Amino acid sequence: MGLKSNLHSLKEKFKGTKMAPAFNALHTFLYLPNETTHNGTHIKAADDLKRTMNTVIIALLPCLIYGMFNAGYQHYLALGEIEATSGFFAATFWTWDNLIVGMWQVLPLVIVSYGVGLTVEFLFAVIKGHEVEEGYLVTGMLVPLIVPIDIPLWMLAIAVIFGVVIGKEIFGGTGMNILNPALTIRAFLFFSYPTWMSGDKVWVHGAVERDQMIAAGQGLDAISGETILGAYAQNNSIAYDYWDMFWGLIPGSVGETSKFLIIIGALFLIFTKVGSWRIIISTLIGALTMGLIFNGVVDAGWIGDSNKFYGLMNVPFWQHLIIGSILFGAVYMATDPVTASQTNKGKWIYGFLIGLISIMIRVFNPAYPEGVFLAILLMNVFAPTIDHYVIQGNVKRRMNRLKVKTN
Amino acid sequence: MSKDIKIKKGLNIRLKGEASKTLSNAPRSKTYVIRPSEFHLITPKLDVKEGAKLQAGDVLFYSKINEAIKFVSPVSGTLLTIKRGAKRIITEIIIEADQLDTYRDNGVLNVNSMNSDEIKNHLLATGCWAFIKQRPYDVIANPDVKPKAIFISALTTAPLSADYDFTLLGKEKELQAAVTAFSKLTDGKVNVSVGENSKSVFEGLNDITVHKMSGVHPAGNVGTLINKVDPVNKGEVVWTVTPQDLVIIGTLFLTGKFNAKRVIALSGSSLKNPKYYTAKIGAEVSTFIYDSGLNEENVRVINGNVLSGEKIALKGHLGYYSDTVTVIPEGDDYEFFGWNKPVFDKISTSRALTFSWLQPNKEYSLNTNTNGEYRAFVITGSYEEVFPLDIYPMQILKACKYEDLDEMEALGMYEVAPEDFALTEFVCVSKQPHQEIIRKGLDLMYKEIG
Repeated sequence: MGLKSNLHSLKEKFKGTKMAPAFNALHTFLYLPNETTHNGTHIKAADDLKRTMNTVIIALLPCLIYGMFNAGYQHYLALGEIEATSGFFAATFWTWDNLIVGMWQVLPLVIVSYGVGLTVEFLFAVIKGHEVEEGYLVTGMLVPLIVPIDIPLWMLAIAVIFGVVIGKEIFGGTGMNILNPALTIRAFLFFSYPTWMSGDKVWVHGAVERDQMIAAGQGLDAISGETILGAYAQNNSIAYDYWDMFWGLIPGSVGETSKFLIIIGALFLIFTKVGSWRIIISTLIGALTMGLIFNGVVDAGWIGDSNKFYGLMNVPFWQHLIIGSILFGAVYMATDPVTASQTNKGKWIYGFLIGLISIMIRVFNPAYPEGVFLAILLMNVFAPTIDHYVIQGNVKRRMNRLKVKTN
Repeated sequence: MSKDIKIKKGLNIRLKGEASKTLSNAPRSKTYVIRPSEFHLITPKLDVKEGAKLQAGDVLFYSKINEAIKFVSPVSGTLLTIKRGAKRIITEIIIEADQLDTYRDNGVLNVNSMNSDEIKNHLLATGCWAFIKQRPYDVIANPDVKPKAIFISALTTAPLSADYDFTLLGKEKELQAAVTAFSKLTDGKVNVSVGENSKSVFEGLNDITVHKMSGVHPAGNVGTLINKVDPVNKGEVVWTVTPQDLVIIGTLFLTGKFNAKRVIALSGSSLKNPKYYTAKIGAEVSTFIYDSGLNEENVRVINGNVLSGEKIALKGHLGYYSDTVTVIPEGDDYEFFGWNKPVFDKISTSRALTFSWLQPNKEYSLNTNTNGEYRAFVITGSYEEVFPLDIYPMQILKACKYEDLDEMEALGMYEVAPEDFALTEFVCVSKQPHQEIIRKGLDLMYKEIG
């Protein structure tokens, strides 16, 4: 094994130098290291953090690939160049034309996300002298999936730097952060460049450009990339049926549209035991609960159909799960083990509140009809508090045991 | 009287190289070694000089803090060398053994007619006190504190460990004498765990409470028994003894001799012929390893089992407390794309392209590779699956790492020993040294609270 022994001698050469973490990151990417146990357990289970993160990436790949096809499809559909396809499995959806447009738009997002993010990670690892940690492997894949397709790459780059440095590295790196780095990046984009992050033009490739051309006096037909939530928020009628929403033939952030593929990813994560089923299920229960409450408000006649919240409140509660990004958030974002509750009981509470608050923000936020990322960030902050009270239960039980004894 | 306890959270690790149930005598070693580092937190004060003639049972050294606690020679012979390390700490006491052992006569005693103090003083004077450990802190018991109960696990669930149903065969008399003695040292019970379907010699004994344990490892850990039966509260002390050490103690009462003979399981996938041997404490492990034969050169020899044993050299010596010696392949090699390719030949509790869940009864040959690098704690929930105690494992580990004594105490530090965290360490994705973290935490508490 020429490569193996060459890399080994290079590793020995770099040992103790500043560049050792950078080299080791590349080396361990190719080879599982030759490290052995000392004392304690002399054998170890097969999983390491790289394998765990890799599992999440595998679960995200269908969403990414579908997102590319859908980007092209929505683009051509909005331009009126193709007819609406008959369904998820139709050959008119899975075309080269759609894929090429999608790849042309989505791959740069992936490259910038990984390129910039990993550069920051490597810099911090070299400066602080620790190994490059794997957390960004997942973050880097999540970021392109949760942004609008036409987001300028420089904005993404700035947001990624902000998210990795402020969201993670200043707390001490992977495992120490309080906020989900991917959502920190999205929040940064949302509050810094709102025109690029919301409205009814940003979700379809070419829509913004087209608008600018119309404004410049060219005689073109306007196109709309309005999302379903946007339509509901303005009490407009919805142009899509439930099956389109379920299969994902709708505009939206790159990777969040196909609920079908997200469910497949969720099942994979639960089966591999990498994603917490407690968080996923409880988030969905929370969302359904809030949806039911709003339905109840409408049924009770407390608000009329002229009310500005009527459209979203009147959405049948179960439909909240197939519109917007609640499913994507529940499966891939809320389950981030570092920022979620760490106790099993806490996970139920944490997830439930995310679901509840997501739908609440979705309905009441006047500026932007989606609240999943805000709800998850908010609960990230409260997760340690939830855990504290769960653990206090255990501590109290121990103290009571002592009291019973001494009395 | 017996009670049933079922352990659901845990993991049976099935490994190749289980010792076959045939018993051989290990060839007599030339030298026997006692390493004071095995007696955690004990500072030895020597009682003998190099060149001294010793009988089996003669005092070698005693504890500097409590001079009543004595440590004795397992064989008769000549004290060859006292090896010292940094700061002149005694690392090894090497005894050149006689061909046949002669024993110091401690007198034949009838435990039934002895009282608590007589038994205690006899155990202290004869060096048998070293076999008694206490919780909190998992150290040699403080003779000045009476325990609220005594716990003995006679159930084997750790991978490749010596099977008590085999090693204790025919030892009823010795065990009975020992447990009767211990029943007088506590006001509480002497609790013994036995396997649900096993024929343990303990079931016919008096003066004990037998608990039938079933389920997965760590059902056989004494810490699991304590937690399920009578957890340690602040201010309380319990003692633990292992069954083979009870045999030595029982023999002492019945014959007056300190006979440090044990039945050792020599197991592991690196061995040609894994089986049981009788050997004395401190014996050269190479005597029986070479008798069994090695499959490969590059091996790890472990005093104890693969989960919580201690790494020793091939020329090392049998530990003071071990009844198992495990030999497994070293894993100091790289594996191409080992982190992402599907894995069929290693054990995992996840299913992240690891396929051990397909064959739950397959026996594996695991090596010492860490299968990944050290990371901060990231994954949550995986420890709880293999941790049956009513304690939050990750939170207590973190409390130990940031040395918060109040939190450690509140989370249950008095109840645990490093061994209890062996399975969480095994499954840890971040490859954190759980047992070492707990040991350091206990040492800190011992120092600060005492």
